[in-house]
Amino acid sequence: MLSIQNLRAEVDGKEILKGLTLDVPAGEVHAIMGPNGAGKSTLSYVLTGRDGYEVTGGGATLDGEDLLALEPNERAAKGVFLSFQYPLEIPGVPALTFIRTALNAQRKARGEAEITAPEFLKLARATAASLKIDFGMLKRSLNVGFSGGEKKRMEIFQMAMLQPRFLILDETDSGLDIDALKIVSEGVNALRSPERAMLVITHYQRLLDYIKPDRVHVLSAGRIVASGGPELALELEREGYDKYARAA
Amino acid sequence: MTVATALKANDPTQLPSKRDEDWRWTDLRGLLRVLPPQAGAVELAALPAGAFDALVEQTHVLAGGHEAAQIVIPPDGKAALALRIVSRGEASLSVRATVRVGTGAKLRLFETYEGDASAYVTHAALDIVLEDGAAVERIVLAADGDEGVLVSQAQVSLAAKAEFGQTVITAGARRQRLETSVDHPGAHASVRLDGAYLLAAKRHADLTTIVRHQGVDGATSQLTKGVVRDQARAIFQGRIVVEEGADQTDARMGHHALILSDQAEVDAKPELLIHADDVQCAHGNTIGALDEDALFYMRQRGLPETEARALLVEAFVGEVADRILNEAAREPVRAWIAERLAS
Ligand SMILES: Nc1ncnc2c1ncn2[C@@H]1O[C@H](COP(=O)(O)OP(=O)(O)OP(=O)(O)O)[C@@H](O)[C@H]1O
Ligand SMILES: [Mg+2]
Repeated sequence: MLSIQNLRAEVDGKEILKGLTLDVPAGEVHAIMGPNGAGKSTLSYVLTGRDGYEVTGGGATLDGEDLLALEPNERAAKGVFLSFQYPLEIPGVPALTFIRTALNAQRKARGEAEITAPEFLKLARATAASLKIDFGMLKRSLNVGFSGGEKKRMEIFQMAMLQPRFLILDETDSGLDIDALKIVSEGVNALRSPERAMLVITHYQRLLDYIKPDRVHVLSAGRIVASGGPELALELEREGYDKYARAA
Repeated sequence: MTVATALKANDPTQLPSKRDEDWRWTDLRGLLRVLPPQAGAVELAALPAGAFDALVEQTHVLAGGHEAAQIVIPPDGKAALALRIVSRGEASLSVRATVRVGTGAKLRLFETYEGDASAYVTHAALDIVLEDGAAVERIVLAADGDEGVLVSQAQVSLAAKAEFGQTVITAGARRQRLETSVDHPGAHASVRLDGAYLLAAKRHADLTTIVRHQGVDGATSQLTKGVVRDQARAIFQGRIVVEEGADQTDARMGHHALILSDQAEVDAKPELLIHADDVQCAHGNTIGALDEDALFYMRQRGLPETEARALLVEAFVGEVADRILNEAAREPVRAWIAERLAS
């Protein structure tokens, strides 16, 4: 599914990713943990094509296709979804309008028919109910005035509506209360399937109790410095990143 | 009225110039060395359908050969009228309308400026009088041609408890000024003066408003938003004067602009001149570019860049349409805005 080879990227002339290699096969969930400033969000922005993140070496492919050559919206249409660490506010655009526009843009890019208004509303109501999101919130401008946790829930709502194939969750757990963490995790788990894969960036083992990873990687100073099974997350929780910081 | 006299006398030296402080960004004298001849009669039956035909009971047209209109709404009356100011051919046109809204009467006035592709120079003078407790919602769509020059000047006076709401939407012209001057008596009267400009190519639009609060207890709320791209230029001049003794005045003014190209320009002059003590006044003025982070977020969700930009811009300007009280009028206004943004 996703294959990252020796990826190097810089921001404002400063190298942040320093030869990062990672494979996430279809059907798997991989967690990325690592100290603040290690480059985790940078990786998610490079994979989604944000301006200002310049790739200087290596590459990344999705199902064999060069991901980095595509426009951000083309990557989205291919099924790449990023749940932002800090979701943006879109003033004046109701959440539902935004998601319907996005969904139809993706469908159009894939040569599929647009979703009809009644179909969309039905889907939105069912999805909102399963994520315990008040439908009224979806009529407000997207994320404007939403609390930190509400914004994260809206990310998962969008994800559930758009049904992406490759999911990147950048600290989706931060800011969520205990109940919300559970609901959001169930939403994410509902998308687990043999055709999909996920990259879950987190600082906390607790999220991984709910979203069980197949592999755990440590990202430190722009590289994957260690990889292991779920037990690696437990070890990190106990011992911190000290030894990996030195290794990097 | 210098523009009207200049047009009637065919004397460009009487036009306002950049030496007039209130016209320094909309110089007509420097632009028009000569004035075209007086407009000939326009065949009214040949006019296309109006933007608000479905919402009005009656239409008044001001054009060559039809230079004056009088609208009177009797006390407690209720009316929805269209006023179409039509510029045709390379000609000078000066028109005038008086609108008198009686005690307790209600008027929805849909005003459109309709120009063709020629180099016309049009001036419209409106006198709008609201008697006690009258309510007027005035919606203006200015659709001028690339070569047209338009000056519209409305003088509004309100009696106690009158309500005057206005939304002016324009796509600009070669040079264009849409001016509204309000005498506000206080006395529980309220004024809303909104506007939006959507300018592309080399178009110019000047939205100028003057509100004079002359008595105790009056409210004014103003929101102007706009977008400029290419080499377009927008001017916003908003002046609110609170005269001595006009206590308990509540006046709010906002002007927010998006500049979408390096060569586009917005000049803003918000002025609050307050000569009373006990007042609540605030103004906000912002001029900026589209939020690139928001654009990336939208693209990450699948929106192509042009679509993402259009959605952000439409939402930005849409706030002005949302403030139109008459719900049925919002739709044609939104459609007009969307059409201008798409072209
Ligand atoms: N625009 C920028 N200009 C300069 N440096 C930047 C810029 N954006 C990010 N960086 C730097 O890149 C490094 C990696 O940042 P990144 O946000 O990817 O870290 P992270 O691993 O996601 O950290 P956290 O756990 O705190 O979210 C940091 O040192 C950060 O300061
Ligand atoms: Mg981060």
